[in-house]
Amino acid sequence: MNAAPLQLLDPEGRLVGEAPAVAAEDLRRLFRHMVRMRLLDQRMLSLQRQGRIGFYGMATGQEAAITGSAYPLRDTDWIFPALRETGVSLWRGTTTREIVCQLMGNSGDVLIGRQMPCHFSDRRVRSVAWSSVIGTQLVHAMGAAWAAQLRKEDTVCVGYLGDGASSAADFHAAANFAGVFRLPVVFFCQNNQWAISVPLSRQTASEGIAIKAVAYGFPGVRVDGNDLLAVIAAMREAVDRARSGGGPTLVEAVTFRMGGHSSSDDPTRYRDGQLVEQWERRDPLGRLRTWLRASGALGADDEETWSKEIHEEIGAAITEAEALPPPPIESMFADVYATMPPGLAEQMRYAVAMGEGQKVEGVFPL
Amino acid sequence: MPQMTMVQAIQDALRVALREDPRVVVLGEDVGRNGGVFRVTEGLQAEFGAERVADTPLAENGIVGGAIGMALYGMRPVAEIQFVDFIYPAFDQIVSEMAKLRWRSAGQYSCPVIVRAPYGGGIKGGLYHSQSPEAYFCHTAGLTVVIPSTPADAKGLLLAALEGEDPVIFLEPKRLYRSVRDEVPEGRHTVPLSRVRIAREGEHCTVLAYGAMVPVSLEAAAEAETRGWSVEVVDLRTLVPLDAEAVLASVRKTGRVVIVHEAPRTCGYGAELSALIAEKALTSLQAPVLRVTGYDTPFPYTLEHSYLPDAPRVARALEHVMSY
Repeated sequence: MNAAPLQLLDPEGRLVGEAPAVAAEDLRRLFRHMVRMRLLDQRMLSLQRQGRIGFYGMATGQEAAITGSAYPLRDTDWIFPALRETGVSLWRGTTTREIVCQLMGNSGDVLIGRQMPCHFSDRRVRSVAWSSVIGTQLVHAMGAAWAAQLRKEDTVCVGYLGDGASSAADFHAAANFAGVFRLPVVFFCQNNQWAISVPLSRQTASEGIAIKAVAYGFPGVRVDGNDLLAVIAAMREAVDRARSGGGPTLVEAVTFRMGGHSSSDDPTRYRDGQLVEQWERRDPLGRLRTWLRASGALGADDEETWSKEIHEEIGAAITEAEALPPPPIESMFADVYATMPPGLAEQMRYAVAMGEGQKVEGVFPL
Repeated sequence: MPQMTMVQAIQDALRVALREDPRVVVLGEDVGRNGGVFRVTEGLQAEFGAERVADTPLAENGIVGGAIGMALYGMRPVAEIQFVDFIYPAFDQIVSEMAKLRWRSAGQYSCPVIVRAPYGGGIKGGLYHSQSPEAYFCHTAGLTVVIPSTPADAKGLLLAALEGEDPVIFLEPKRLYRSVRDEVPEGRHTVPLSRVRIAREGEHCTVLAYGAMVPVSLEAAAEAETRGWSVEVVDLRTLVPLDAEAVLASVRKTGRVVIVHEAPRTCGYGAELSALIAEKALTSLQAPVLRVTGYDTPFPYTLEHSYLPDAPRVARALEHVMSY
């Protein structure tokens, strides 16, 4: 296997291979989406620093990998995301307001404040709820793909992981089962080089992540994760393979986590600043912008216009979200079981009687 | 009504489910061609095909995690863990994922996975084929924990579990797999979850037991009868969510309680029962609540019958509470 990642658009924005067939209007939408993700990251990190949300996990620098992985999917496909894939949900139709409400954990949150910020799920876009335990969603993607195969439906399931998750037992089990049963699943690894403070060299001695697919009996492909065109090309091939009964693929998008692991992390403690500067020159937005402008797909004022629209959209979402109350205390007790058992109902009555529902307002410990 | 062992009754339940519900899938190690190491799934692959009765790679996290994915997609998977002692590689999938999916998605998704596993001692299985880890699962919100003690209950509870929307840990007392043959209703037969069975009615003392400890408790109760003590044996059947009202009603009636389980004592399920009784029925009690349990040691091979509670040990506890 060639360990050099597939690249179609070089860091300077020059086309160095054959671009995948993507309609010009879609290219504009894809670029706008990447801008939207970047601005959302900036605004949400700022809110976190002001103490208005409790936690945030940025995807800055990984917009091409995330957006490119989402583009070849159908609405009927299922996604099993992790921390940095809220942008996939956003691409598929989740609104900015819903994301901001989730970050605030208020009564407008689809998840009614049950999960930490950035732990988003949305059934309407077939995005499945995930835990903070690394890699656990991959076996679910495998199992859902297995079910689709049993039902003879042409659904494709995508299990997202980072480089750290490639060390986890569930990654191994998911890939192994997927290979054995030839399941319609794509494992999409955002290899951003860092699992909090631990570099890739401490996750694996193999040459990248994609090569691991060989041992499970299916193809692995490495792409430049900051190159939207390369990601789309590789993902499209993987999705088509899965849909047509050709089995799983492991796509490794080589990218870089420009910020900390989360708003709680200080990457200067363990990472050389020069490395960050190097990757700034490989920015996924920059090269796509250059190419789209050169090809005439992007006008001189488009990005500014979009940025203004997006800022207004985010601002309105924040205003609306901050006006919403926390979820009611009773909501904590619902959904544990399909029907609330009497013992739990008793605990709920106690919590209500104790006035526990009054203890949450404005509390976002940093 | 046909006579069946528990193995046959569980197999019958799976056959009914596979026949009647196309969403049902059985998966696990050796469950297919071999019919499972205890032959619970014998003949099912031949009848329903290798897709619906699937032998899997040897990875419990993959079996349970895969079953979770299937359930999310709308199937009704029944995952077999060959011995519950091997469930720990899937523990995270069970407690972090399966148990919490409905709650953490605010009801957008449900996760109706049944995890079946033989549990308990008495077959010379040693440390890793004899454990009783039910308390770990009882401690996790969102799980239903079911342990049958009769063939008819095993069938009825399993089919009831498959009709529900909640994930269920279904622990089968392997010592009773073939030791008892009893009448089992044919076809679809369900026994409601979270309802106890009064295995023997009595007036003077309540024994709370489940699984393989029910026949042990019944034996002790019969012996107590010869001494003039009328002992009620309550078969809990579902540990969580517990039929607490029925437990408390029995305790209030008799005023004396012995709890029997083969799992280790400390933080075992008996501790929860004791606390419940202390909180809600203290004034009914005539004697301290006693527990007859496995010891706080790993499960022994040679000395397993010294480890496991038996009728004389339960009888000794009954004598203590009756003469208190």
